[in-house]
Amino acid sequence: MSAIIGSKKIDFSEEQGMLLDVAREFVKDKSPGSEVRKLLESEAGFSEPVWQELVDLGWTGINLPESVGGSGLGIAALIPVVESMGKGLMGTPLVSTVLAAELIRRAGGIAEEDVLEDISGGCAATVAYLDGSDWGATNTGVSVDANGVLSGSKFMVPDAAQATWIAVVGSDAAGDAVVALVAGRDVAAQAQASHALIDLTKRASTLDFTGVKAQRVLSGDKVASAIRDYLLIGALLTAAEAVGSTSACLAGIVDYLKTRKQFGKLIGSFQALKHPTVDIYVGMEHSRSLVYHASSEIDDGPLSAEAEVACRMAKAKASDTIQYAGDRSVQFHGGFGFTWECDSSLFIRRAAWSQQQFGDAMHHRKRLAPLLLDA
Amino acid sequence: MSATETSLQNFQADIDKWMSENIPNKPGFLLPLTFLEVGTEQQLDFLREWQHKLWSAGFLGMHWPTEYGGQGADPAYQGIVDKALGAHNAPIIFNTIGLNWTGPLLLDVGTEEDRKRYIKNILTGEEIWCQGFSEPDHGSDLGNVQTRAVRDDDEFIVNGSKIWTTLGNYADHMILLARTDTSTARKYDGLSFFLAPMKVAGVEARPIRKVTGEYGFNETFFTDARIPASCLLGDEGGGWRMAMKTLEYERGVIAGQASAHSMQSIGLEDLMYAMHDFERDGAPILEDAMIRDELVKLAIEAKANSISDRRASIPALNTDYPFGIALSNKYRHTEYARRLKMMGAHVQGAQGALFMDDDKAYMGGFWQRAYFANFGTTIGGGTTQIQANIIGEHVLGLPKS
Repeated sequence: MSAIIGSKKIDFSEEQGMLLDVAREFVKDKSPGSEVRKLLESEAGFSEPVWQELVDLGWTGINLPESVGGSGLGIAALIPVVESMGKGLMGTPLVSTVLAAELIRRAGGIAEEDVLEDISGGCAATVAYLDGSDWGATNTGVSVDANGVLSGSKFMVPDAAQATWIAVVGSDAAGDAVVALVAGRDVAAQAQASHALIDLTKRASTLDFTGVKAQRVLSGDKVASAIRDYLLIGALLTAAEAVGSTSACLAGIVDYLKTRKQFGKLIGSFQALKHPTVDIYVGMEHSRSLVYHASSEIDDGPLSAEAEVACRMAKAKASDTIQYAGDRSVQFHGGFGFTWECDSSLFIRRAAWSQQQFGDAMHHRKRLAPLLLDA
Repeated sequence: MSATETSLQNFQADIDKWMSENIPNKPGFLLPLTFLEVGTEQQLDFLREWQHKLWSAGFLGMHWPTEYGGQGADPAYQGIVDKALGAHNAPIIFNTIGLNWTGPLLLDVGTEEDRKRYIKNILTGEEIWCQGFSEPDHGSDLGNVQTRAVRDDDEFIVNGSKIWTTLGNYADHMILLARTDTSTARKYDGLSFFLAPMKVAGVEARPIRKVTGEYGFNETFFTDARIPASCLLGDEGGGWRMAMKTLEYERGVIAGQASAHSMQSIGLEDLMYAMHDFERDGAPILEDAMIRDELVKLAIEAKANSISDRRASIPALNTDYPFGIALSNKYRHTEYARRLKMMGAHVQGAQGALFMDDDKAYMGGFWQRAYFANFGTTIGGGTTQIQANIIGEHVLGLPKS
């Protein structure tokens, strides 16, 4: 097998299959279009009772070990769930919560049992990572002193308002990367400023942590690789969600092309519309293959080089595909596509949001280049 | 042969050894990159001998029944052989229209007599097959086939012409789609499918020179050519269904082909190899940011293509569009290959403007030739644009164009 293409592994376990079935039905049932629209206007962006049901299904702990109340199925088991939520544009803090758990357990370990138990039990959590706009920066600008007191702020922290636990990426006095575990209740209301996001199903805030004392600070050898893995898994989960949203966007385009008539013909018979729609379809299938490939390459240990390549490829492809799908969806719906009422507006907004999470397609292709070409 | 993991691993080792000992040395003339480009007797003799050698060793049509010349083995074995042929850069297995389209079609829908008569000679290379579907005025529009076959007792008299007949000037038989009835309400119902002999009076194949400057295609003329009525495959008037089935084999929608090595595989690794030979802005070309991004895009596409092919065999991951990945096989792979080969010419700087006959051409113009030759795959067997219609209509359910 050639080095440049590398692993072609794609596994799909029975558990993943069951989760895909259950999650699809759950999302279809709990997140119809009317509910998505209703939640756009809400402060929280998600339904508390639905979150409880999701917790009862065990989804906040799917990836976590049984010793902390999880199912021990790893990140792979979350992919079908996150993909399904993407398909239904379902707003929940699940991805933020899961990513916080991954960062904490990879940076810390068994000593963080209590925090992980909280998370698997349904307490929402999040990671405060960005200092500013640049996903490629070091992003350790928040300083953490010897007493665990933080100084500095973090940009665009997802689902911060709901988080019981916030894992803040920063640096200690020596300049080494640390992860400070902050209790959400310790961040005063006036230190939180919520953003007007382009995707109205999502929520994020800028948080000023100055003067906040961390409950605990994770430091040492494992922190740097844990942060790297958090960014890769974040890219993968964003890609999985994007694949789901792309498939819903595609279904919307296809429905319209099958029913809308112009010049006495169904517009789907025009190749100028049909062929780009086929390209969205093929891009969606390719993205989905890369997402499930990446999920086959990830385990609980530090991510391998194959896993890194897989996560970055999945994000690069899924981001470009959802961007194209959302863009064409607005265009192909014509005048209606230009309106707020048309669901194309939801998809193009999801696309724009998704592209900018965990680095856009160019960010990942740039990092793929040395992995693929200079090996 | 069943396919246990151990037996497959052992076989892999055996086949690698066999390949390194038996693949013929490069001859003193240029070999075709694909079965679409066999243009000289010299090339034909060489490739026929090579195919016979592979079959004699038991490595061709391994999963076809033993009574017709196969080995009755699990398809996984042929898969290993095909991969090894690619990995060892072996000459192509040229009798593709027999091996990959006609053979599986006959195993699928042919009579016992047809199978006995034709299949073994397809495998050995003793009989070459060509395909008579497209016509000069009806490229992708197969339903409009005008070549006439008129019944005359126990024969049909054929008149008309076919185009893009790959291997037509060497072929012994043609899978021929012809109109046996001009009065049907639906144009498709007037078509019939023949296993037609080529070496009869009134059949003439005239080679066509292609964009690469090479030969390989023909225009085939039928002038009162008489073929036995027993050549009919399926019912008279049932030709459209047979033709569509043939295209499914041709496009790789369904499996059963004798060997996938009908084209010399050219991949990203080959392109990477060329990277060592060029510079941009006075530095190694692999340091050029724009080139790097193009290569990464190709790598993502290549990986997504092959993982998608694998995903097609996991039903739980194909519930939304069950046959979409298979039906898009040709669309995805041939267009990727076109972009890859075009890139092979782009990286050469000014040398990319040289062609095969120039002694300064990089690798004898390999990439330029490969890029041009690739159009055979994006046009033949239903163009990319027809494939997009098929995917749009049959996978997504969009209205017909």
